[in-house]
Amino acid sequence: MKVSFSEWAKSGSPWVWLNAGAVAISIIMVVGLLLLIASRGLVHFWPADILQATYSQNNHSIRIIGETVDSERVPATQLRDAGVDVPEGVEEMRRDLMKIGNRDVGGTDFTWVLHDNLSNQQYPEMLFAAERHEWGNFYGYLRALKEGDTVVGQYDGYDKTPEYLALWDKFEASIERAQEIHDSIYQIEKHEIGAINYEIERLRLKQRSLELDGSTDAAAFAEIDARRAELGEEYKVLQDELIDLYGQINRDKIVAEVSGGQTIEIDIAKIVRAFRPNDMGIFAKLGHYGSKLWEFVSDEPREANTEGGIFPAIFGTVLMVIIMSVLVTPFGVIAAVYLREYAKQGFTTRLIRIAVNNLAGVPSIVYGVFGLGFFVYFLGGNIDRLFYPEALPSPTFGTGGLMWASITLALLTVPVVIVATEEGLTRIPRAIREGSLALGATKAETLWKVVLPMASPAMMTGVILAIARAAGEVAPLMLVGVVKLAPNLPLDGNYPFLHLDQKFMHLGFHIYDVGFQSPNVEAARPLVYATALLLVAVIALLNISAVQIRNHLREKYKALEM
Amino acid sequence: MSTENTTTPQIDFNTPAQQRLRKLRALKDKSATVGIAFGGISVIIAILLIFFYLLYEVAPLFQSATMDRWQQDGRTVEAYASPGEGKTLYLSMEEQAEIGVRITDQGQAVFFNTLDGTVLKEQALPHPAGAEIASLSVISEAQHLLALGYSNGEALIFKHDYKSTYPDGVRVITPSIEYPVGSELIRVGDKPLTKLAVAFDEENWSLIGGDATGMTQTILSVEVNMMTDEVETSLSSIELPAFNIKAQKIIQLPDRRWLMIAGKNKVAVVDLQADDGPQTSQVVEATSGEITVFQLLLGGNALLIGDNQGNINQWFLVRDQDTNWHLTKIRSFEGGSSPVVDISTEHRRKGFASIDEAGTLRLFNTTAHRNALTEAVTSGEADYIAYAPRSNALLVEENNMLTLWAIHNEHPDVSWSALWEKVWYEGYQEPEFIWQSSAANNDFEPKYSLMPLAFGTLKAAFYAMLLGTPLAIAGAVYTAYFMVPAMRRKVKPFIELMEALPTVILGFLAGLWLAPFMEDQLAGIFVILMVVPIAIVTFGFVWAQVPNRIRFLIPEGWDAALLVPVIILAVLFSLNISDGIEVLLFGGDMRLWISNGLEIPYDQRNALVVGIAMGFAVIPTIFSITEDAIFAVPKHLSYGSLALGATPWQTLTRVVLPTASPGIFSALMIGMGRAVGETMIVLMATGNTPIMDMNIFEGMRTLAANIAVEMPESEVGSTHYRILFLAAFVLFLFTFVVNTLAELVRQHLRKKYGSL
Repeated sequence: MKVSFSEWAKSGSPWVWLNAGAVAISIIMVVGLLLLIASRGLVHFWPADILQATYSQNNHSIRIIGETVDSERVPATQLRDAGVDVPEGVEEMRRDLMKIGNRDVGGTDFTWVLHDNLSNQQYPEMLFAAERHEWGNFYGYLRALKEGDTVVGQYDGYDKTPEYLALWDKFEASIERAQEIHDSIYQIEKHEIGAINYEIERLRLKQRSLELDGSTDAAAFAEIDARRAELGEEYKVLQDELIDLYGQINRDKIVAEVSGGQTIEIDIAKIVRAFRPNDMGIFAKLGHYGSKLWEFVSDEPREANTEGGIFPAIFGTVLMVIIMSVLVTPFGVIAAVYLREYAKQGFTTRLIRIAVNNLAGVPSIVYGVFGLGFFVYFLGGNIDRLFYPEALPSPTFGTGGLMWASITLALLTVPVVIVATEEGLTRIPRAIREGSLALGATKAETLWKVVLPMASPAMMTGVILAIARAAGEVAPLMLVGVVKLAPNLPLDGNYPFLHLDQKFMHLGFHIYDVGFQSPNVEAARPLVYATALLLVAVIALLNISAVQIRNHLREKYKALEM
Repeated sequence: MSTENTTTPQIDFNTPAQQRLRKLRALKDKSATVGIAFGGISVIIAILLIFFYLLYEVAPLFQSATMDRWQQDGRTVEAYASPGEGKTLYLSMEEQAEIGVRITDQGQAVFFNTLDGTVLKEQALPHPAGAEIASLSVISEAQHLLALGYSNGEALIFKHDYKSTYPDGVRVITPSIEYPVGSELIRVGDKPLTKLAVAFDEENWSLIGGDATGMTQTILSVEVNMMTDEVETSLSSIELPAFNIKAQKIIQLPDRRWLMIAGKNKVAVVDLQADDGPQTSQVVEATSGEITVFQLLLGGNALLIGDNQGNINQWFLVRDQDTNWHLTKIRSFEGGSSPVVDISTEHRRKGFASIDEAGTLRLFNTTAHRNALTEAVTSGEADYIAYAPRSNALLVEENNMLTLWAIHNEHPDVSWSALWEKVWYEGYQEPEFIWQSSAANNDFEPKYSLMPLAFGTLKAAFYAMLLGTPLAIAGAVYTAYFMVPAMRRKVKPFIELMEALPTVILGFLAGLWLAPFMEDQLAGIFVILMVVPIAIVTFGFVWAQVPNRIRFLIPEGWDAALLVPVIILAVLFSLNISDGIEVLLFGGDMRLWISNGLEIPYDQRNALVVGIAMGFAVIPTIFSITEDAIFAVPKHLSYGSLALGATPWQTLTRVVLPTASPGIFSALMIGMGRAVGETMIVLMATGNTPIMDMNIFEGMRTLAANIAVEMPESEVGSTHYRILFLAAFVLFLFTFVVNTLAELVRQHLRKKYGSL
């Protein structure tokens, strides 16, 4: 069908199309964003092949070993300005970002190379990558394994031979042994010695508090001293055990050849895992991927949060959200019930309703400022003076912590719960309430047995939305208790088990901190994407379930709305 | 057949058990009512507490200062006779305001208890035989450094010093006199030193002294021998030329370049380091009366000049374009009409106290240009006033009687003009808006102008709205009015899901992915902005040409789905051709062309990045509310219009949109509120520099981001802390008012639809 442009334009169709385009753009933006996060976040755990190539620049050749991470095109003029020889007539060149690791040898993890200057590219099966507790990844060839000063295995070639594989097996066994010792050291340092230190600190505070009270109870002091001596003994035993373990863990070393050709020694105790990606099949890689993913969600961060897992951040986020929802649910529901069922409907309630509604739109940082000023400094400061004078001047509740963060977020999200619950209450037809009252039930009974059960899905929706909001909120938390690295989880085996005064880690803040405050942003970036993906997934899940519950609720009460 | 069978069974509702039950139920009901009312009201109060707490923290900023006679253990401290003999040349107090010191004209340093005037220690200062004290010069109030000039041309540099010790847990302060360059007298010149001005840095002390007939500059160099740790001093003197002014008072600035000479009503500026020897560079008429007080403010940059008409003016050297310095009058303070007798500067803030002949004390702050307090403290003429280092106490001497006053002046450095107007800060060429809350040195002048932050906030919100509004409203119009219901049910929750996306993720992507990408593909971004709409319209037109049998395969209302591949292709196409366009128009690199060719500064994390990221964050908010408003327009209105022959577009623009416009307005308001208060995106996607420039390629610092950056470091209860609370309060009020307005509009709209 032929239509002339002017006629088509006159009908307003171009505008309709542009409007349609806006929807399409919005959808593309959202999907694109999610795909970007997902692709960058998930790729990180895949064991990338290690490239070995000869890199020549300005008539100078070196061997380079590493993973190709990124590539971009750069104008040749820019390169020429930087003093790089670029052949005539070339306008643009491809530049690859290589992760070369070996920060202890070369100083940097990453380097840019011109793709065209790489020659003799290969993926030798014998190249191995090692993740380490410090200095980042290592890439190179395994040359020898040492126990103490004795060499237990050695191999000098570049081919996959049985001798090499035997050496590799020994290497892996040695890593496993070191891991086991490492685990026991961790267990002793973190838990057993941690518990002793914790108790000693508690004893110190107890003594101080007795002194502050002016107590002259010699028996009490003696008891404290006795217990302290006992703990000191226990500590000494553990200390000896530790020294022994440290001696054991430092037994083994490997000798490895790096890209420059020289060999270096690496303590096996420093190695987290070693693998040869170029020699892995798809299933081996999948297995590796799975174990990396598991490490990511279950392990503690290493190397200033740029490696390892984010378990403390997940744990902190979840715990804070749980405490927050325990606080916000009853209060939000009570406030909504009061506003809808008990308060006299009139100008004042309308005003309050608008105010509550609008508080949901108040910037979250304002809640953070309020939390810091009122909860932390005012309430916390007074609690410290009244109940923890023995710990002063170091604050107990007078500094940001789990409790204040939870309460601040509860305050931030309570309008969400109130609004959602009220909406649920409004939807319940009058007739149902009146029916209950006519049968002789009191108002409280009607509320408890009829109204609240019917409104419960709405409350659930409200709480889930509140949780979703709280889980993603970062700005207020920066003021009231989130830290980049918390030494201990706020929930542990030391009495009173849940440490409400402790600072904690949070997924959202982790993203901000690692992405923007980290000394090695380039290395940390994939981890930030992965963290972001996790956060998005959790929040999307929460929101989708809220939507589902809301729809379910609407279906359920459709019959009542006649 | 008995009748008993047909009677209804009697149920007794009044058995004791039933009564108890009823009572219990009534009690439960009542307690539920009370409990819920209590709980509900307290939650609501807790929420409203935010407002009042913020106000409570902000309020002290705007309280004026007060002063009372010092209270000790519930009793007022009475006036006492000035301890020691002779007349006061100088008066001061130590940190805790417990010990005062008085330098008398007889060369005695008298330390005394400030509460009752008991003399704690009296020490005679080195005194050349047969000479008199001719002048006393304050080198640095904050460092307690003083100099005495004698009538034989010699001078003495000394400081009063205090050491705190804690024997048995009780604080004991021991006062003493120290001589930083030794207790020997320094020969400045031959003339009596009726005028003396001293300035120093670590090694060199410059002493200028003399009388009305001539002055000498003497440089005292102090060197510590590296090997023996001995202090070696050397002296060198030059005679200063005669200056064309009758010197009454002189001051040397700490940089040792400038000498200020006050005459009767004029001030001469002498450049001691001019190319051809010291010479007068400027003579200004400082007052129409007579100069009575001539002092340096904290930091040694600004002069305070008081006259016999009660005026006090602040002057400092301002550098012009040609790097010439001019002594410029910056601001004047209203000081009544009696002659100013004395000025005492604060030791840690840019403030001072003045007293006039009528005995009226005034407290001022220079940056805020504020008179914090005016109070008559004596009936007669006071001679001397002295601030305690913490500015919490003030000694006033009148007729050889001392009184100790307590000063409550927590936040003198805040005023409307300091927060919202241009302020001429020390060292600047002209009045400016500047936010700079802290620096390393002690005599720093805090710059608390909220203007750059408010400007940054609005700038970020403006660019966000610029990008978000058209997309959100156009999208909502299409979704609510044209889209098939099946698709609408999917699209709407999807876009609303965006609202829940944590802003930290948007900020992180904006800062780490979008900003570098945009720097690289700047031309591409602009090409996309132009190509995509053209592609959409072209596709629409082409689609209209397609034969009906194909066109009708896709029912009306699914156009948006068709456009998805079109837009993706258009974007890819734009990015591809952008390189060519860059080479063609911008010499290969648009980013360089902007910063070098146009000379517009370009930051990698700029307002455009923030606009896109925050636009992304406000789209779902605006979209959702606008969509609801348009969808709620009664269908019979649009059916009527269509039935009368209007096209769908005409119906939309002439019937539906006008009806829904209040709702759209409220959506924009709420979106604006969100953009203004957003913290994380701005924090991560800009450089957070508080500049005032509308340039889209530069960053900004917003109120919210500023709070997040500075709050953790600010000292509780300080002016800075309270100003950050003020910023939070401003944000709170702004969003609250905007949201309330939007809510009222929305309620009004709902009522209107109800009647249609």
